[in-house]
Formats: sequence, structure tokens, C-alpha cells
Amino acid sequence: MSTLRAGWVITQRDLAHWVRQPWAPIFGLLFTVMLLLIFGFLFGGAISVPGGGDYIEFLLPGMLALSMMFGVETTATAMAADARRGITDRFRSLPIGSASVSLGRVGADMVNSAAELLVLIVGGLLIGWRITGGPASAALAVLLLLLLRFAVLWIGIFVGLSFRGEGATMAVQVLVWPIGFLSTAIVSAETMPGWLGAVASWNPLSATASATRQLFGNPTGITDGPLADGAVWLALGWPVLLIAVFLPLSARAYRKLRA
Amino acid sequence: MSTDHTLTAIGLRKRYGDVQALDGFDLTVAAGTIHGLLGPNGAGKSTAVKALATLIDYDEGEASVAGFDVRRQAVQVRRRIGLVGQHAAVDEILGGRQNLVMFGRLYGLSTAAARTRADELLATFDLTGAAERPVSTYSGGMRRRLDIAAGLILTPAVLFLDEPTAGLDPRARNEVWESVREIAGRGTTVLLTTQYLDEADQLASRISVLNHGRVVASDTPAALKRQVGGDRVTVTLPLRQPLDEPAKRLSEAVGAPAVIDAEAHSVTFEVGAGVTALAEIVRALDTLGITPEDLVLRRPTLDEVFLTLTEKEVAR
Repeated sequence: MSTLRAGWVITQRDLAHWVRQPWAPIFGLLFTVMLLLIFGFLFGGAISVPGGGDYIEFLLPGMLALSMMFGVETTATAMAADARRGITDRFRSLPIGSASVSLGRVGADMVNSAAELLVLIVGGLLIGWRITGGPASAALAVLLLLLLRFAVLWIGIFVGLSFRGEGATMAVQVLVWPIGFLSTAIVSAETMPGWLGAVASWNPLSATASATRQLFGNPTGITDGPLADGAVWLALGWPVLLIAVFLPLSARAYRKLRA
Repeated sequence: MSTDHTLTAIGLRKRYGDVQALDGFDLTVAAGTIHGLLGPNGAGKSTAVKALATLIDYDEGEASVAGFDVRRQAVQVRRRIGLVGQHAAVDEILGGRQNLVMFGRLYGLSTAAARTRADELLATFDLTGAAERPVSTYSGGMRRRLDIAAGLILTPAVLFLDEPTAGLDPRARNEVWESVREIAGRGTTVLLTTQYLDEADQLASRISVLNHGRVVASDTPAALKRQVGGDRVTVTLPLRQPLDEPAKRLSEAVGAPAVIDAEAHSVTFEVGAGVTALAEIVRALDTLGITPEDLVLRRPTLDEVFLTLTEKEVAR
């Protein structure tokens, strides 16, 4: 049986989970919507965007990028849980290609994240966010967001396969917060102390956030630096680099299950 | 390799860091039989099953399952085996039927064929009524049965059952035993690991005792029991009756030394054939005019076999 078909069967298993337990993905979405509302309205009044512009317009692409990055947690947790419960071993005892299990995960998480993006975009439009960059640019922005999700998926698969204990997924859940906030997703790097701003600017999340802001035609909060001109290229380069590192590592971690 | 053996392992070795999990593991299992792999925790039972089921690679040795080399022809092996691991590896959120349809499709069945097969298996394992309920609502026994059903989708040549009744109550255990007998009855070879001696005794036609990653004995349950000596006949006499004289007479009658337990006021003889000895003892007691308080014939249990074999191993 082809690896792709087996991957699709495993993807469908996750999609069936949503039908059985719709509350898990709905709460995941509500959480991101809540973050959006907290930053947009609770903190937003006190945050100004360097170079001018409306904070909601600045924030929304950042929240989209942040929600893609937070997806690493979903992936790692699901992967580790399957390994721990012996489901991965059962899949491994079946006559299916060795990439099927990971492909199944990729399919399910990408569908999940695409749905999440859609809800956030519609929600953003409802609270006053506007896309002014033209349909082609907007489509590219969405693709860059999905590319970031695809890249962190492989980090999640690697972590989930390598560290099966609940501790590892806890660590991922805790670590995504400082990594998520130490970026330009929520505030511009130019409002941070110099060194911190530099670190935040080089965060892959910042590249995607800035690139999507440019492509959606939203204020970027950037007046200078590498993200001013090269954000789109960085938003392509960072995920490709992450994939180049973590996809082989994931394949190796899967093979090492045999050791 | 020989074809009347569905499963052969020769000199398998597997090391995890400092632990030699398999240390020259040899096993042959005849087609269509239930073979018990018995051993204490950490003896290497699960490692052996995982190695034979292609889940882990072994460092040294040769193994073949259903006529295919485990290492070089892993895909062919996987098409012919079912693996039921220690944890019930079924999806808890999905229903029983959804689980079986999913595994059926992963075995390469079309969706329609997978559905038909799922319904057959649900009926066989008495799960039709619970087919649509999420597995998280199943009892331990139901979950195990579903787990076993998922291993039988293609009617495998070899079914690996790794401690299938661990953590089940006696009733659920019996249900699982019943299923295992049915499976073997339809021609599937079963390799069953267990820590429970009575389980191996109940199900397996041959038992291999595993200790420290090596098979220390492999035989039928009855022959293994004979290894620790013959049957035991214990005669308990009334308290007013002195022990020494009858003990001597009975000892002559059965041709075995008497082991006297003064506290229990009993005499025990280790004999070759229990029933013959029993008849001799009854006749001798009759001649002596003694009515015993109790008269017991006991075969050695697998527990005794197991302890004897694993102790020998420790002593080495």
C-alpha cells in the first residue's frame, strides 16, 4: 500500500477525533481568539506602533504567525502520546511505508492549522482588521504562514518521537511562550532594548509576522534593519532551514525507534 | 529454514546500554500451535516479541517468521503477523468499529472490504453492541478483545500477544483465553508472553521459559513439570495414630522415601506415577487398618518448575 494512502488513513483518524471530541480544537481556537482580544483591546491601547499605524492592524498578522508557531505543541503532544500508548508501535507493525505515520500527522495538523487561520482571519476582519495588499499578496501571506506551520511540524514530530515522556511535551508547552513573545509578533522590536530587539528580529516567527504584515498591507512597526527589506525572503528562508534540519532529524528519530 | 516451523529464532542478541536484553535467544514454534513465552519481569519477553515482529532490530542472530527473514524481508513479515502489545494500542477516542476499519485500510483493504471485515471481527469478539461507542468507555476486557481483533484483520499466520491479560480481572481473562483458543483453532500460530504460569498452562501446548534474555527450558507443560520431579502423595493421619510405623510401611509399598511432617501429622512421598502410588497407599492403609484424615495427590505446579529453572540460572 502506498505511503501516501496510509498517511491519509492516519490523517483521517485525527479528523475523526474532531468529530468525536469537537471541544478540543474549539478550545484551542478560543484560546487564540482570547489572546487576540487580550492584546488587541486590553493591552493594545497602551501599545504604539513605531512608524505609525493601527495596533489591531499590526497585531493580527502577528497573532496568525504566533498561532502557527504554537502548533508545535499540538504536534509534539500528539506524537508523544501515540508513542507512549503503543499506537505508534502498532502502526510500525503494519505493512505501510515508514513515512506514513509522520505524513498522517502532517496532514492532520495542516488541516487543523488551515482551519485555525481561516477562523482568525474572519475574526480579525470582524474586529476591524483590513487587508489592503491585494489578493495575490494576501494569498502569499497565507502560504508563508502555512509554511511556518509546516516547518514547526517537523520540530514537533522530532520532539514527540525522541522524548516520549510527558515532561518533554510540558517543556515544549512552556518554551513556546518566551519564544513566541520574544519576537515581533505582538510588539515591534524597535520598542525593545537594543540587544533584545536584535534577538527578537532574528526570531523566525518575526520574519513570518513581518512578511505577512507587508503582504497584507498592514503597518510593520519596522523603520530599519534586515526585516525592513528582506522579511519575505527571511519568511521563506527560516522555515526552509528548519525543515532542512528537523525533517532529517525526525526521519532519524523514527528509524531509531528500531534501535 | 524448516517450513513446519512458522517461527524460528537462532541466537538473537540485543543490547540496551548495559542491559543484555536478549542473550542468545533461541526459539522454534510449530505452525498452528500456541507457544507460551514465560519469564519474570525484565527477562526479555517483550524485547523478543518486538524483535520477531520487526519493531526493533537485533544485534546478532537469525530469525524468520512465516517463511520470511525478519530483518531482510520485514515488509513481507508485517503482512503476515498481528501484534498485540502490552498496552491496548487502540484509539481511545474512536469507536471500536472505526478502529478496526482504520487498521483494515492500513493493511491495504479497500474501505468497503475493511468495513465488512470490521463487522465480522466485532461479531466474533462480541463487540457489535459497543461498536460505535468510544473505546474510552470500554471495560478492560472489551478493550483487550478489540486490541486482539485489530491484530487479526488479515488472519495472520502468526499472532504475537504480549501479556494479553495483564491487569484484567479473572472474568475478562477467561474471555481473552477463549478468544486465543479460537484463533489458534483457525490455524493461526500464537506466540504468547506471560508472567502468569496458569495462563501458559491453560493455553500453551509448549512453553519456553525465559530468563536473562535466554530460553532456559522449552517443552510441553507436562514435561516441564516432570523436570522438577514426579507427583507427590501426602497422607495425613489421625492425631492419635503414631506416624513412624505407618510411614515405614507406606514407604515400602510405594518404593519411595517418606518425608514426615510432624506438625501437620502427615507423610509425603515423591513418586513417579501418582495414581498407581495412590492405589498402593490405599491398599497398604487398608491392610494396616488405618483410616487417613486426608489423602492428597498433587502434581508439581508450573510455579515450582519456574522457580527451579530460574534459581538454577541464578546459581550458575
